[in-house]
Amino acid sequence: MDLYQLTIHNAAELLREGEISALELTQSVLDRIVAVDNSVRAYLTLLPEVALEQARAADARFAAWRKAGRAELLPPLLGIPLAIKDVICVEGVPTTCGSRILENFHPPFQATVVQKLLDGGAVILGKTNTDEFAMGSSTENSAYFTTRNPWDLSRVPGGSSGGSAAAVAAGEASGALGSDTGGSVRQPAAFCGVVGMKPTYGRVSRYGLVAFASSLDQIGPLTRDVTDCALLLETIAGYDRRDSNSIDAPVPHYAAELKKGVQGLRVGVPQEFFVSGMTPEVEIAVRQAIDALAALGMDVREVSLPHTAYGIPTYYIIATAEASTNLARYDGIRYGYSAPDATDLMEGYFKSRAYGFGSEVKRRIMLGTYALSAGYYDAYYLKAQKVRTLIRRDFERAFEMADVIVTPTTPYVAFKVGEKVADPLQMYLSDVFTITLNLAGLPGLSLPCGFADGLPVGLQIIGPALAEDVVLRVAYAYEQSTEWRLRRPPIS
Amino acid sequence: MSLTREEVEHIAQLARLGLSEAEKELFASQLSAILDYVRVLQELDTESVPPTTTAVPLENVWFEDVVEPSLPRDDILSNAPDVVDGFFRVRAVLDF
Repeated sequence: MDLYQLTIHNAAELLREGEISALELTQSVLDRIVAVDNSVRAYLTLLPEVALEQARAADARFAAWRKAGRAELLPPLLGIPLAIKDVICVEGVPTTCGSRILENFHPPFQATVVQKLLDGGAVILGKTNTDEFAMGSSTENSAYFTTRNPWDLSRVPGGSSGGSAAAVAAGEASGALGSDTGGSVRQPAAFCGVVGMKPTYGRVSRYGLVAFASSLDQIGPLTRDVTDCALLLETIAGYDRRDSNSIDAPVPHYAAELKKGVQGLRVGVPQEFFVSGMTPEVEIAVRQAIDALAALGMDVREVSLPHTAYGIPTYYIIATAEASTNLARYDGIRYGYSAPDATDLMEGYFKSRAYGFGSEVKRRIMLGTYALSAGYYDAYYLKAQKVRTLIRRDFERAFEMADVIVTPTTPYVAFKVGEKVADPLQMYLSDVFTITLNLAGLPGLSLPCGFADGLPVGLQIIGPALAEDVVLRVAYAYEQSTEWRLRRPPIS
Repeated sequence: MSLTREEVEHIAQLARLGLSEAEKELFASQLSAILDYVRVLQELDTESVPPTTTAVPLENVWFEDVVEPSLPRDDILSNAPDVVDGFFRVRAVLDF
């Protein structure tokens, strides 16, 4: 098997035994990138020299460990090559957020999650493509180019973490980090046939994640299987005082808990998620997955999340309002594009932002500004924050009767490039199943549960706050009862 | 509901966004459609519902007031377009 196809946990085993070297593993992935990235276009920035150096350092560490009698507990990601979404700051490396306004921005500091990966001896391959400032559901809003779905290059990989999802699916990284504000890790995971997770809000530090909507943003892993997802989550999760919303709670050894089994756990299936407009084959695949959970001994029951349909309008007021504030910092003064020909300060702002931001970003800033402006704040922003409470309460009630809730991740499979760009509202509706989790701050994972027309279908597993361990356990049990994780896109 | 051109210009002014004529027209219609769509929230009774401002049950996160080194100044200035004597230089803020 080509080394670039290995899961993280399989690679880690071979690395520990000395059967493969970290250098060989990283080289294999780099060669794979050269072979396919002209078609997939997952990466914005590649760091081959640095990556090989990090791989050599990992090899030295493995050698010393074997020599010293293998006493020490090695970090699970030692020597593993990973990709980082370009909204996450890697010190000294271009972090563009998929935008022209940050085309030459080199962060002078490291994101907490990146520091944790480096401390664990991981290898950083490069930065992956994203919708501009993580605003989008297809990666078509990147100012640079559109990433393609490895399963069908005429289709989108989803977004906004499309680059990371495509890279993992195509073997261009052993795992990746993405960010999820309204579904941006889970939806591309579903479209690309990989595992993607959004943790509980506050579980993973946002320090070094370029802010889009501060009350919704979370960083999450994208991997080829659930065990890898657990390992990546274990490494990046934890309290960080530099994120004021960071939760101070211990991080379980998620990977060690996976095999605890699911007998007797209650699965809620919300009737509101099986809406008309869903592709029939997607519904079939998801229903079959639910049957599989029942066959594993889980207790399947119907629950209700009555405010599901209000999720998208609520999100598009809150997220855009927060974004309009967060993106006010791009004024061309301290960093980012600065219009050289402006004659005064105001003109500088207008011109820098006019050139630097793409249409979708401008649209969302406008929407958010309007929702927060005098005379409209109560009717829009305040109202949306109240509906957010209703959505949260829906979940609280449902979790009285269920340990996890399962839904489709998306209403349809990956759409064609260009298909939804003309109508922003149509694009927004693809997040209908993922969005309420961000509003409620709950953890959710998407994993493959079948195919429709040859394209991957994702099953979403939702848990109560800080119940990542249960979500991962259920995901693992389902995953191991099928062979979806062994399927690879036909790209070479 | 329809956003007028003046409203679009007003919002763009607040957001410090320079819009072309074509963008003003496009956004007027797109934003109107989106605002129409989000108005569906009005049908919900939220009279006695408190707003959720954050998903985490945290209040008033405090830190010890301890002096620590900050980022080095050169690092902070490293991405700036116009730096003079360790300052960010900007265009005139006040007109005299």
